[in-house]
Amino acid sequence: MRRFFDRELEILNNELIKMGSLVEEKIEKSIKALLDRDVDLAREIRASDDEVDSMEKAIENRCLQLIIKQHPVAGDLRLISSILKMITDLERIGDQAADIAEISLLLAGQEYIKELIDLPKMAEATVKMLKDSIDAFVNKNLDLAYEVIEFDDVVDDLFDKIKDELIGMINKNVEYGEQAINFIMIAKYLERIGDHAENIAEWVVFSITGEHAKRED
Amino acid sequence: MDKIVIRNLDLYYDDLHALKNINMDIKEKEITAFIGPSGCGKSSLLKSINRMNDLVEGCRITGEILLDGKNIFDNDVDVNVLRKRIGMVFQKPNPFPMSIYDNIAYGPRTHGIKNKAALDEIVEKSLRGAAIWDEVKDDLKKNALRLSGGQQQRICIARALAVEPEVLLMDEPTSALDPISTAKIEELIQQLKDKYTIIIVTHNMQQATRVSDKTAFFLTGEVVEFDETKKLFSVPKDKRTEDYITGRFG
Repeated sequence: MRRFFDRELEILNNELIKMGSLVEEKIEKSIKALLDRDVDLAREIRASDDEVDSMEKAIENRCLQLIIKQHPVAGDLRLISSILKMITDLERIGDQAADIAEISLLLAGQEYIKELIDLPKMAEATVKMLKDSIDAFVNKNLDLAYEVIEFDDVVDDLFDKIKDELIGMINKNVEYGEQAINFIMIAKYLERIGDHAENIAEWVVFSITGEHAKRED
Repeated sequence: MDKIVIRNLDLYYDDLHALKNINMDIKEKEITAFIGPSGCGKSSLLKSINRMNDLVEGCRITGEILLDGKNIFDNDVDVNVLRKRIGMVFQKPNPFPMSIYDNIAYGPRTHGIKNKAALDEIVEKSLRGAAIWDEVKDDLKKNALRLSGGQQQRICIARALAVEPEVLLMDEPTSALDPISTAKIEELIQQLKDKYTIIIVTHNMQQATRVSDKTAFFLTGEVVEFDETKKLFSVPKDKRTEDYITGRFG
C-alpha cells in the first residue's frame, strides 16, 4: 500500500542516524584535539562543518518532499516534523564542536594551567546524551528519551563545578585569566550541546506521544 | 449545544448489519466529517439522519436519532418537514432541468410560497449564501444544466439553502469537481458554518482536515474514533484510525 513512503521514511531514519554519528564524532574529536593539542585534528573538525550543513539541507529537503508528496498525518506527520526540528539541533551541536576546535587552536602552543579532568567528563556526558537521544528516536524508546532529559542535570552540574574551579584559579593568579576564560567558553559550549541533545530527546517524546515532554523539576 | 444526538443506532439492509451501535453527539454549527473506506457505513448513517433510508427496500433501523431532542423516527414526525430542516447535497451535482431561478424557487414553492417578490428575495439570498450569485445574477433564466460542474454543485447547495434548513448533509460534495471548484465549495462550507450544522462524508482526508471541526472514522459499520479533527489527524487514539489515515489500509 505505501511501500514507497515506508522506504522513504527508512532512508530518512538512516540519514538522521548518520548525521547524529557524524556530530557525535565531532564532539569527541574536538575534545581530543584540545587534550592532545592536536592542531591538524582541530583544523579537520573546523573544515567538516560543511558536511554537517549539507546533511542538514539534504534531510530537510527529503522531509519537505515527503510533506508535498505524501501529505503525512498522525504518526508520520509527527515523525517528519520532529526530524525537521532535530536536524536544527544537530547542526547547532556541530557548530559548537567546531567552536571548541577553534579555541583549541588558540591554546595549542600553550602549557595548560591545569590538568583537564572535568571537561572530558562533560564531553563524554554530552556524547552519551546525544547517542541516547538518537537511539531513543530510532527505537521509539520513550523511557530512554526521558532519561536523556534528566541527564542534562549532570552536564549542568559539571559546568557549575568547572566554572567555580576556574574562578578560583583566576583569583589565585590573574595570569591564568586568559586560559581560564577559554576553558569556561569550552565548558559553556558543551553545556549548550547538552541542551540541544535534550531538545532532541524532547522531540523524540513529541514524535512518540504527540505531546511535549514535561520535565519534572 | 447538541443539535443531533445518535443513540444505540443499528441499521440492517435485510441480513446485512451495516451500522452497529452508533452513538454520537453532534454540536450545533459545527462541521463534522465522516471518513472511512467504501462500504463502512458512513453514507448509510448520513442518509439515516434525514430518513432517506426510508426509501430503501429491506432497510431496518433500531435506536434513536434526536434532532433538538426529538426522535426523528417518532410516528408524529412529518418526513417532509424533517427534510426541510435537514437538507442534503449529493456527490454528483443534480440540478433540475430548469432555469437557475426555478431550481432555487422549487423548494419554497413546494412549501407554499407563491409571492414573486418573496421568491425573488429567497433566490438571491440562497445564491448569495452559496457564493454563486455574482456568477449567475444576470442570467437567472439560463438552464442550470448549462453551468459548469462546480457551479451546478453550488446551485444544488443554494437549492438546499432556499428552504432554510438547520442541518446540511453533504455526501462527497466535491468528489466530481476539479481542484478550483473544490476549493470554492470548501470555502463555502466554512462560511455556511456560521448558520448551519454540517455533516460531510468525504473520501478526501485532506478535505476533512481542511473543513471539519470533528471527524468520525468508520470501519465495517462501527465508529472507531470520533474526536476533534486536529486531534484525530495528529494523535489518533486507535491504531486502526492511524493505519487508515496514514494509508496502511483502506
